[in-house]
Amino acid sequence: MVAAREVDEKLEARARILRAVRGWFEGQGFLEVDTPARVRSPGQEVHLDAVPSGDGHWLITSPEYHMKRLVAAGLPRIVQIAKCWRGNETGPHHRGEFTMVEWYRANAPLEALADDCEALLRAAAAAVGRDAAALGLAAPFARTTVRELCARHAGIDLAGDEDVAALQAKARAAGVAFGSATAWDDVFYQVFLDRIEPRLAEAGPTFVFDWPAPLGALARPKPGDPRVVERFELYAGGLELANAFGELTDPVEQRRRFEDESRTRSARGKQVYPIDEDLLAALPQMPPTAGIALGFDRLVMLVLGALDIGEVLAFGDERGA
Amino acid sequence: MYDTSDIRKGLKIMIDGAPYTIVEFQFVKPGKGAAFTRTKMKNLLTGAVLERNLRSGDKLEPADVETKTMQYLYAEAEAFVFMDTTTYDQVGIPKATIGESADYMPENINVEVLFFNGRAVGVSLPNFIEQAIVETDPGFRGDTATGATKPAKISTGATINVPLFINVGDVIKIDTRTGQYLERLARA
Repeated sequence: MVAAREVDEKLEARARILRAVRGWFEGQGFLEVDTPARVRSPGQEVHLDAVPSGDGHWLITSPEYHMKRLVAAGLPRIVQIAKCWRGNETGPHHRGEFTMVEWYRANAPLEALADDCEALLRAAAAAVGRDAAALGLAAPFARTTVRELCARHAGIDLAGDEDVAALQAKARAAGVAFGSATAWDDVFYQVFLDRIEPRLAEAGPTFVFDWPAPLGALARPKPGDPRVVERFELYAGGLELANAFGELTDPVEQRRRFEDESRTRSARGKQVYPIDEDLLAALPQMPPTAGIALGFDRLVMLVLGALDIGEVLAFGDERGA
Repeated sequence: MYDTSDIRKGLKIMIDGAPYTIVEFQFVKPGKGAAFTRTKMKNLLTGAVLERNLRSGDKLEPADVETKTMQYLYAEAEAFVFMDTTTYDQVGIPKATIGESADYMPENINVEVLFFNGRAVGVSLPNFIEQAIVETDPGFRGDTATGATKPAKISTGATINVPLFINVGDVIKIDTRTGQYLERLARA
């Protein structure tokens, strides 16, 4: 049990940061939207487990599918502050129920979202009287690539289009023990967690761009280098804070990826969800768009220096699913 | 076989052919990747600490280790002889295996003996032992609080640094992890 006074202070800070985030987006001309929390097609990604909510519905793991449909319908700048749910995720940085800030900019490059992040983090710090410089947020954030990090911290020359056997050989040569991993992404994330993430945790805020194509999810291939996709992740204070895509708008390629993911889910004995046909139907109308999800609870952790996500939640000691 | 959902403090598993016990663990998950358990574990043979990120679903081989409470009886040329306090079975453990622990292992003390694949591979002592001083230079009256020390021998033959006021026959408390004198429990 935490002292009532301490709870008050954390929740008050959280509320002020929330107000600052809303205000920042309003100032940038964003429209705040509210899309369904119960859906028939939750996130397809292989490593996400949606929470069932009855009648063939699931709680969203992210509001991205519906928000992309709004962009396709002609809304160029939208933001949502949404509760999301993910099964089997509880840890110092994870809760089965959490709050996401998700926003989209039509006809804007991916880099515009990185600029948004820098401004948003500074606004959040200012909202609770924290000094941006003391938090390491005042100077422009570092920008690097997955390839550069693999070379620097793991001694691995990552192409992005090598097959899994070649990636395993590179990991083995670098001394990374990847257990029984036979999937490309599993071998990659073993390298990432063992060698790269600890170094990112020591560094100042860093945007990591250009993720290998097998980790593409909803991102489009990078023009000029299809071995990587237009995607960045923002790491700050040891937290994975945000993930951004240059959004894939090609319905044929998107269907291929959804079907791939469904096959993998099925092969691993995981729940297979219906493919979101409404999203696929909307993609041809979608302009080139950059979209991003930022963990709001983790943003509050960063600004307040919290080590466990439970510290910044009301009833954070009820760890949930 | 175990998997990552079985991980808890004290779980004993095999890594690269050696037995380890889990010391710390936490859930980690990159946004688009599989769940991992970030694990800190201790080699039961060497004490070395290892960090591993174990991917959800990875199988973990249980380590065949058990600890038994045994009483240390006496020393032979190459081994120390222990007795199982429940079955009265006796077992000799090579002196090299016990190593420096022998300094703080007086006869008749109860210790935890670690067995790996049925073979005794180490002992863990109680954190504190009480021992009488068998040999030390005479003390100096009145010099009780200056922090000055002198060597003193206990029954195992080990030498402990003790305050100047300690005499032969005094019973003292020793921290077996550091070999440090803690306090005098009884005067000679």
